[in-house]
Amino acid sequence: MTKLPPTRSETVFADAKPPYGAAQALAEANRCFYCADAPCIQACPTEIDIPEFIRKISTDNLKGSARTIFASNIFGMSCARVCPVEVLCVGACVYNEMDAPPIQIGKLQRYATDRAFAEGWRFFEAGPDSGKSVALLGGGPASLAAAHELRRQGHACTIYEQSELLGGLSATGVAPYKMQADRALEEVEWVLGIGGIEVRTGVAIGRDLSLSELRERHDAVLIGIGLGPDRLLAAPGHELAGIRGAVAWIAEMKTKALDLRGIGRAAVIGGGNTAVDAVRELLGVGIGEVTLIYRGSEAEMSGYAHEWAAAKIAGARAAFRCQPIGFTGEAGQVRGVEVVSLDAERRPIAGGERVIAAELVLMAIGQSRLGALVDGVDGLTLAGGHVVVDAAGATGCPGVFAAGDCANGGKEVVNAVAEGRRAALAIDRYLRGGEAL
Amino acid sequence: MSTMTTPDLTANTAGIITPNPFWLASAPPTNSGAQIMRAFDAGWGGAVWKTLGQPIQNVSSRFGGLHHRSSRAIGFNNIELITDRPLDVNFREIAEVKRRYPKHGVIVSLMVETREEWREIIKRAIDAGADGLELNFGCPHGMCERGMGSAVGQEPALNERITSWAAEFSTVPVLVKLTPNVDDIVPNGLAAKAGGADGVSLINTIKSVIGVDIDRFVIEPRVGGSSTNGGYCGPAVKPIALHMVAALAREPAFGLPISGIGGIASWRDAVEFLLLGCDSVQVCTEVMLRGYRVVEDMIEGLREYMRAHSFARLSDMVGKAVPSFREWGELDMNFETVAKIDPATCIGCQACVVACNDGAHQCIHPAQGSRVPRVDESECVGCNLCQIVCPVPGCITMAPVDNGFAPASWNDFIAGEGLLRPKKGAH
Repeated sequence: MTKLPPTRSETVFADAKPPYGAAQALAEANRCFYCADAPCIQACPTEIDIPEFIRKISTDNLKGSARTIFASNIFGMSCARVCPVEVLCVGACVYNEMDAPPIQIGKLQRYATDRAFAEGWRFFEAGPDSGKSVALLGGGPASLAAAHELRRQGHACTIYEQSELLGGLSATGVAPYKMQADRALEEVEWVLGIGGIEVRTGVAIGRDLSLSELRERHDAVLIGIGLGPDRLLAAPGHELAGIRGAVAWIAEMKTKALDLRGIGRAAVIGGGNTAVDAVRELLGVGIGEVTLIYRGSEAEMSGYAHEWAAAKIAGARAAFRCQPIGFTGEAGQVRGVEVVSLDAERRPIAGGERVIAAELVLMAIGQSRLGALVDGVDGLTLAGGHVVVDAAGATGCPGVFAAGDCANGGKEVVNAVAEGRRAALAIDRYLRGGEAL
Repeated sequence: MSTMTTPDLTANTAGIITPNPFWLASAPPTNSGAQIMRAFDAGWGGAVWKTLGQPIQNVSSRFGGLHHRSSRAIGFNNIELITDRPLDVNFREIAEVKRRYPKHGVIVSLMVETREEWREIIKRAIDAGADGLELNFGCPHGMCERGMGSAVGQEPALNERITSWAAEFSTVPVLVKLTPNVDDIVPNGLAAKAGGADGVSLINTIKSVIGVDIDRFVIEPRVGGSSTNGGYCGPAVKPIALHMVAALAREPAFGLPISGIGGIASWRDAVEFLLLGCDSVQVCTEVMLRGYRVVEDMIEGLREYMRAHSFARLSDMVGKAVPSFREWGELDMNFETVAKIDPATCIGCQACVVACNDGAHQCIHPAQGSRVPRVDESECVGCNLCQIVCPVPGCITMAPVDNGFAPASWNDFIAGEGLLRPKKGAH
């Protein structure tokens, strides 16, 4: 697999939530009420038995604790760091009901899973060979989690990934103050360690291989290809250098050492989590003035409030209720974003035009939808650019399943893992035809 | 707000007068004069000097702790023996403490073997200024192998004989410190009384093995490759101490003053001992863990408690809970309670659901559409388990039920005089 350079732009970041030491983990684990039918489990897309893994930390049964986590979520190590726990498990903790600090579930999960990685503990083995093979399109968390589960059931797996790097957005999209790319790739190797997962990188579906060909070669197919490239605003001046898609820029920042000379100010267009991450990341790599430009009000942002609060503490600026209408430049290089102020109904206010200076502009207004991939496959349908699946992850085409961003429209790593595993179990049922092989 | 004047905390324990009922028990915190003077400065009313006798030599290590979840040392044990310092030094320091703190109580704990040794050491203690003596008949480790400590306390005849020597030789009040390592404390208290003791103190420590080093396969506290049983104390022993104190307090033939000991860590604990008949209380473990300074809260808390209950002096409250201690057969079988869960404070942890389902009578159930559980009052036996496991103070209360049955005990029922309500949860 492709090696990352040791020094990347992302390596300047420190952990936003530093790991627990043994004394902290023990004190926090002992606070857990060990709830029955716990709200934290219900809030976890992968339904990790959280009270049980925390109890095992408190009794110094760390190996058992890690086993409990990974049994539900093979990406438990990265999810411990990247999950928006504030709105999932931690947000559901009953301590919130008594206005006391909730259990820091993510930090405890990191404590147990980091230890498992450090000690090289492995908990799962491939099942007896079923004679069936599954193609997994895309090398991100959905496909990897599915492949791991399919290997436990004894099915052969081949992952087809268009880039040279596995891990998907877990490797190239996670904010570096949560997890850096090398750690994500370490996790990919750890997941692949179950054995029997063939990896073919540099293979793009629709260019190098068709879905129909894959269906002929394999007994089932999982589509886990995520979303397409960043969408870009086609406003006047959009061809100027220095205007980038946020997802693409973040991937470069995480995998390369960027040349940031001449960039003193940056602007990020959008109000979602990618926009908020990009703002914090630009500030973190040393750009002094970073402005978020968003059409709506602060309260209307779809990015998590706790993340935006952290961005503001880091020095973020914001232009709310502003619509970009063009870009100014000099010698082919962007110099600013022309915006117009909007009223409460998001209508331009006459005379409300101004320019926000920026030598780098990132567009975080969403990723493009799927298109050509599914053309000509009976039963496979798209809605709003997403693959339509049932609750188990099955498409309308027999033997073809989908999971992760391409099916859910773009959620968290933990959702991709949950859907990937759920689809794998559905594939297993499909391959066994309802009976044991 | 009460208008009464400040409650008087002066304690009288068998004639030993101290400014408050809080004494340090005979133990490492009372090992030296310098320590005890610091303790008196902190507010302690009395101190029982670390047991004097033929000075011994101790081992390393000496202490073990029982930790539970995040609570350090809810139980504690030791294999330390009596004083290891020269007697001359101890007596010189006793004299100095009494000279500098004449109003505080200095009670000297003693443990020797022969009648002549008792006569000699009692004289020296009184000459040094002791306000009282405490005979250590309780130590359950080491000294008992040499025929002292609990070897005496476990044998009423021996207890009575040695107590009678002390009573004969002493001109100051004599307390006998009783061991809990007996099946019934009452004969041992009566033996001390028969020997002429002025009062008793209890409990001493409980024979114990505090734990096992599971990697070295050695019991703790580890002394090289082995260890021995120690004396157990700390908050975990308080229920045993309360029972033994109450057993003596309610014994009509006893009637001596009691200095209560065993897991007292706060003013609340102290109040419980006073309500069960103690005139003073002795503290060790809490001071070993947190220092002499804990007495500030003990004094203040007791004073505020007394003010809230309009107790002007300790004698107004001493023994007030003793009459409540009855035989099981005298309890009112028709008194009925059921659990009530306050939905406003319930946090939805459902610890009560699991506890009731697995550990009690299966009458608390998850509710539809709410995290607040539902109590099936027709099945609830009023056992308290849910209230014990609930992490929110006051959320679960045990509400009395008016079932229309007049009070009746098992003894009444057996005598054909009472009508018992139908059983609940017994199907």
